[in-house]
Amino acid sequence: MTDNDQREVVIRVRGLRNQFGTHVVHEDLDLDVYRGEIIGIVGGSGTGKSVLLRSITGLQKPAAGSIEVFSVDVLHGTEEARATLDERWGVMFQDGALFSSLTVRENVEVPMRAIHELSPEIRRELADLKISLVGLPYLAGDKYPSELSGGMRKRAGLARALALDPEIVFLDEPTAGLDPIGAAAFDTLIRTLSRSLGLTVFLVTHDLDTLYAICDRIAVLAERKVLVTGDLQDMLSVKHPWVHEYFHGPRARAAMDASAGATGAKEE
Amino acid sequence: MRAQDIGAERLETRPVAENGFQMQFDATGDGGQLSLSGALTVHDVTRLHQQLSSIAGTGQVTADLGAVSHIDTAGAWALSTFEQRLSAAGGALHVANASDNALQVLKSVRDAMPKPETPPRQRMDLRAFLEATGRAVVKGVSFALELTGYLGMFFSSLGRILVNPRKFPLTSLVAHSEDVGFRAVPIVALMAFLIGVVLAFQGSAQLRQFGAEVFVVDLIAISVLRELGILLTAIIVAGRTASAFTAAIGSMKMREEIDAMRTLGLDPAMVLFLPRILALLLMLPILGLIANVSGLLGGALMSWLELGISPSMFRIRLIEGTDISHVFVGLIKAPVFALVIGVVGCHAGMQVRGTAESLGRMTSNAVVTAIFAVIVVDAFFSIFFAELGI
Repeated sequence: MTDNDQREVVIRVRGLRNQFGTHVVHEDLDLDVYRGEIIGIVGGSGTGKSVLLRSITGLQKPAAGSIEVFSVDVLHGTEEARATLDERWGVMFQDGALFSSLTVRENVEVPMRAIHELSPEIRRELADLKISLVGLPYLAGDKYPSELSGGMRKRAGLARALALDPEIVFLDEPTAGLDPIGAAAFDTLIRTLSRSLGLTVFLVTHDLDTLYAICDRIAVLAERKVLVTGDLQDMLSVKHPWVHEYFHGPRARAAMDASAGATGAKEE
Repeated sequence: MRAQDIGAERLETRPVAENGFQMQFDATGDGGQLSLSGALTVHDVTRLHQQLSSIAGTGQVTADLGAVSHIDTAGAWALSTFEQRLSAAGGALHVANASDNALQVLKSVRDAMPKPETPPRQRMDLRAFLEATGRAVVKGVSFALELTGYLGMFFSSLGRILVNPRKFPLTSLVAHSEDVGFRAVPIVALMAFLIGVVLAFQGSAQLRQFGAEVFVVDLIAISVLRELGILLTAIIVAGRTASAFTAAIGSMKMREEIDAMRTLGLDPAMVLFLPRILALLLMLPILGLIANVSGLLGGALMSWLELGISPSMFRIRLIEGTDISHVFVGLIKAPVFALVIGVVGCHAGMQVRGTAESLGRMTSNAVVTAIFAVIVVDAFFSIFFAELGI
């Protein structure tokens, strides 16, 4: 933990409270995310993982609390200060959330249009680069989202999120609905991009394999707040029943074995 | 307060876009020395790309990135494009003094540089035109065939119900009747009333020139009862109900509910089409009758106000001058219109494929097709009755 204290905090959430009517989702929720890490947010259904993501990105107005991203107050900051944030983060929604009336390339170009100095030819070429960077074939750029498979749509959504080289990307269930091979490939992609581009990755997931394969740190949402944060070893020693069940269940054990096998193979 | 301190620090360490970059190129005999400093980001990539393109030298170029504070994928793209140009001319780009971070970005961009592929070219000649026309004709014919198929499905499920009336979906028939019929009464009545008013108003203006104002009653009665009452009702119902059928069935199709039904041994024609089309079949004549009455009321009101034809006078003239056959000629069309609207709506719903766009497209297709089909059928009826002399 001393290591963490020296690292730069890029997202700082304090005392967050979210409620829908009388249903309280978050209460007194604190979370720090450090630069360059891949943090996985886990929790049971209905614990407000996506609500947390939406709160940080300003899509959902919390009832109380403060959220700072790059020291800019997301909730009360000036319009200008928040506008600069849009360039510094990218969000990939669950099914890509691509604009259905635009081709993949045009989708990736949308955030780039905010930069007036960018000529249309270069914008197009940069969009092609982003499409290739997320591992989509060249001709996918001319296709419409409805012509793509679920995995390709997710990749295209990631390409759009990466269009302006953000420092943070938010990923909502990046591997949900993908076959195991596609999910593993997506995990590798996130890890490679995070390392090579110095991205901070905030990912909401259910996928234990993703947690084992790529996350530096895990935050568990339960009882309306972030119950624990830490790496996998920390998680294994947590006594809370839900966390214990989650990280000691049969699926967790299988994922852990697979992950251990993979690293073992690499070392040999 | 601490947060603000960090913020100030961040602004200094992270070069702002306006800071831009500086570039210097010293040409040597074979190649040259390229010095870059500042931030190579997406904000300045257009300028960077232009300046790199303007370098005439080829051969061995060394790029000194020692003073580059920040490089993103756009900056790396510009360098990689430059490198590709050099190596195409037989030269090479050597990167020197770059930070680990910059090297990593450069490497991943270089690996990912897109390799353009040309999409299969589409021919634009006479053969392609003929092919497109042929395909459109085949599509049109198969569409018409599919519609008759759905009509057949409706009749076969109706037949099976008549043989085995215990399976009759009475609850959903009543629910759909309320939706299709009862809830449409206000709009249909208002529309017909206004049509009556308009007819009386326009008719009186013309007939007054001949002193034949009283014939406005015949004009209203015949046009409303024979044609307008039922036709406009059918058009309104087509807009209202065909779209509702398509949306309801289409969204079930989208969520695979219809496939689930089939695996559970339920016939979509029986469960979905039969009650909907049957409800339309029962309700459209009633709506047509309501439209007729309401149209005559509107006409009578306007004749009274505009021409001074009193309601009792209107009534006498109506009974004397207008044969009851006009009402039947009008209402006999109602069931046919109902079948057309219902079949088009259900068919369009079943054509919906997985996406929301296709649901929207099919819904508006259904409305356009249903209205068009109603008008075509009405034209055929007019020719038919004219030939028979009714």
